[in-house]
Amino acid sequence: MKLTVWTYEGPPHVGAMRVATAMKGLHYVLHAPQGDTYADLLFTMIERRNHRPPVTYTTFQARDLGSDTAQLFQDACQGAYDRFKPEAMIVGASCTAELIQDDPGGLSELMGLPIPVIALELPSYQRKENFGADETFFQIVRNLAKPVERTERISCNILGPTALGFRHRDDIQELSALLYDIGVDVNVVAPLDATPTDITRMGAAHFNVLLYPETGEAAARWLEREFKQPYTKIVPIGVNATRDFCAEVAGLTGLPCRADESRLRLPWYSQSVDSTYLTGKRVFIFGDATHVIAATRIAREEMGFEVAGIGCYNREFARQVRNLAKEIGVEALITDDYLEVEQTIEALQPEMILGTQMERHIGKRLGIPCAVISSPVHVQDFPARYSPQVGFEGANVIFDTWVHPLVMGLEEHLLHMFRDDFEFNDEAGPSHHGGHAPAASAQGGPAPQPAATPRDISEPEKVESGEIIWLDCAQKELKKIPFFVRGKAKRNTENFATSKSVREISVETLYEAKAHYAR
Amino acid sequence: MNDLTPLPAAKGCRETPVLKERGQREVFCGLTGIIWLHRKMQDAFFLVVGSRTCAHLLQSAAGVMIFAEPRFATAILEEGDLAGLNDAHDELDREVGRLLARRPDIRQLFLVGSCPSEVIKLDLSRAAERLTEVYAPKVRVLNYSGSGIETTFTQGEDACLASMVPVLPATDRRELLVVGALPDVCEDQMMELLNGFGIDTIRCLPARSIEADVTVGPNTVFALMQPFLGDTKDALERRGARHLAAPFPFGEEGTTAWLRVIADEFNVSDEVFEAVTRAPRDRARRAIAQAAENLNGKSVFFFPDSQLEIPLARFLTRECGMTAIEVGSPFIHQGIVGPDLDLLAEGPIISEGQDVDLQLDRARAARPDLTVCGLGLANPLEAEGLATKWAIELVFTPVHFYEQAGDLAGLFSRPLRRKGLVSGLSPRLEAAE
Repeated sequence: MKLTVWTYEGPPHVGAMRVATAMKGLHYVLHAPQGDTYADLLFTMIERRNHRPPVTYTTFQARDLGSDTAQLFQDACQGAYDRFKPEAMIVGASCTAELIQDDPGGLSELMGLPIPVIALELPSYQRKENFGADETFFQIVRNLAKPVERTERISCNILGPTALGFRHRDDIQELSALLYDIGVDVNVVAPLDATPTDITRMGAAHFNVLLYPETGEAAARWLEREFKQPYTKIVPIGVNATRDFCAEVAGLTGLPCRADESRLRLPWYSQSVDSTYLTGKRVFIFGDATHVIAATRIAREEMGFEVAGIGCYNREFARQVRNLAKEIGVEALITDDYLEVEQTIEALQPEMILGTQMERHIGKRLGIPCAVISSPVHVQDFPARYSPQVGFEGANVIFDTWVHPLVMGLEEHLLHMFRDDFEFNDEAGPSHHGGHAPAASAQGGPAPQPAATPRDISEPEKVESGEIIWLDCAQKELKKIPFFVRGKAKRNTENFATSKSVREISVETLYEAKAHYAR
Repeated sequence: MNDLTPLPAAKGCRETPVLKERGQREVFCGLTGIIWLHRKMQDAFFLVVGSRTCAHLLQSAAGVMIFAEPRFATAILEEGDLAGLNDAHDELDREVGRLLARRPDIRQLFLVGSCPSEVIKLDLSRAAERLTEVYAPKVRVLNYSGSGIETTFTQGEDACLASMVPVLPATDRRELLVVGALPDVCEDQMMELLNGFGIDTIRCLPARSIEADVTVGPNTVFALMQPFLGDTKDALERRGARHLAAPFPFGEEGTTAWLRVIADEFNVSDEVFEAVTRAPRDRARRAIAQAAENLNGKSVFFFPDSQLEIPLARFLTRECGMTAIEVGSPFIHQGIVGPDLDLLAEGPIISEGQDVDLQLDRARAARPDLTVCGLGLANPLEAEGLATKWAIELVFTPVHFYEQAGDLAGLFSRPLRRKGLVSGLSPRLEAAE
């Protein structure tokens, strides 16, 4: 038993959902109780998808446990097939269904559906989300990919992008353009946007680009073994990694692979004098292993930062991260316990964190700026604009993203010179962020009852605005209004009072005003 | 009972046959209630005994991480715990010990059962008894189940409150107990109104802290503030308390009717009732009228979510001029929502439970002006051109009583106003596929 407050990864069936939702023409029948449907909102809300994930939940209840949950599963399978007519189905159990041991694979096989039905074994009490995605994709490829003739022109598959991935949507666009530029066609991108039929012709590619090892490595290894397709080992995130990636592809294909760098700006931006202040900034890097390894190289070789520590939450990749840490002479932190990450950051006192949304929160607490480099994702990690991490445009995006949280150039000096300036100090944060606003809250969903900000407590009992006086009771009532609308309520009430020539604001006035402005 | 709220000219919905559905549900499980309960009870900690899925649900449903260490956590069952149950109890004791050592401010600990803990029959009531012996009197340990195999969304709060009823001290005093976790601002307004009636022995369940003197006995009368508190109602009745059935205090009419039932029970004169409620009623009517401009004549379709659907349909149809097409609720407790059903004019389909694909078919066929549904369905329906209101916001926002009546109407009118404002975009509206 392990006490957990926040988690970096969901359960493995959520990984399977990331694959199912990424693909088209595939349906996932998940043996699960009601409530597990919460996972739909990850896709519809965080990623703003305009379709429901293609998942049917069997929705068994306590009263079904004594009777026939197996029949319930088969009915759900049949119903899903009849309604959605998928090209292929995957079936499996969530954590609770795993305990009742209904064997979704065996049950669905007995039904003799006229499409491929792929059974997933995802041990919920041992493994996590990334494993679930990797294993699901692997099983789909293993079951559907058939030996086919190679394409005439040199082509590759791109492996690993899923739904709810960190910038996967834009990464594949950037990478496809890069590959086209160096003379390589893209045969299939999978799982994202691939159909089961697309999977059957993956064997036509000459090699594979393993873009995200976390979710594509098992499939890449299998394809290498079965179809003799080598796969790339370098993830093209960062300027140097992208150049090395091109060289790696050149080695695999015999093509010259010269990429157009005319729109690459990171090198010059990093060399320009304004970037001097970046020199030797101590950064702590944490996230999934792939993004941490890439970020470490960018930080050291391209931004001129000093890396104070690195770590990852996915133990499957601990060895690579440990090796890298050893190479650059820092400790590696391998943990999925955010409290441990927080302690490490507190001890290291970096000037900046490159992390996940969890570390962004840690940074907020400790007053350390943070740029997000990896999942777990948040609605903010799906920007409307094009913002890949991969390739040369990705490098440009990374430069901007990492510099943004920092206090810039001369401003930093002024802060040191005039530490006690009442509105221009360490506490206020970088001036381009509007440091006096209350901390950003509630992204991605309504928050229950936010805590009052400390700022409010220091307000005097009676506040005078012009001639208007807030009575104690009204003042107290005002504080019950969530802080992020309190300012507006206060302003509206005062305007209302002025318009009615009321000098003292009572609770009554407050609500009269509220009713007046109700929309 | 109540001369202020005439029954609809047409028949009400109490006798309407209920469409009962059994299929895939698109709702949260009862664990979700922890997200508001842990903020309401400031000395309570909720320890879910469950899987990684439970932890992930709490994190995702909260939508935002409240980073000051929240007063809830999940003890994640691992392979080893599933092998032998004795170990699981030892492990639980160890985790609770650590937790209480780290959080000396905790006075009430809820062990919350989940789907996996129910399936492996981990006896949390035994654990709660054992731990109470260890930590009493400083900490009271209770247990309830928020599992998805037994509870739907708001039923988690019901299970939590019901678990508190047996340990409430007994009393013979004539007291009014108001039941349901409301935002503080609503609770305070309610107290003010009831105090205005001259009723001063009022208790709230749950109280903000264990120190509050909440008692129950044969002279207790209680009113529910939420329609999903069926088990809590039964538990209170077992303690001898008497339920005051009333429409729920949503909107001007609902609030007035709810107050009226209590006023009648406590023999409050019409003059006093009128004096206390006149001004806020007027305000509520005006506020609703403004927000309702966008709602008047529009149709609404409720997917089942929080059990608030029937009272809210009553509010939207009677006070905002909407027409209800279907009112779906996860569970319909006639003894609790009966008074609201009486007021809801006959016409809409009343459905209980869910088969989400069939219900989506009905919604698509009906093309309601506004669809009230969960977060998993909202964007997909918007992409099909239907305006939606996230149901969860109705549980997370102060919406009860007079001063919030305008806000409540506003929650429904905002999506329609927004749809109007950005309508020029729709032909080229793009979303992730």
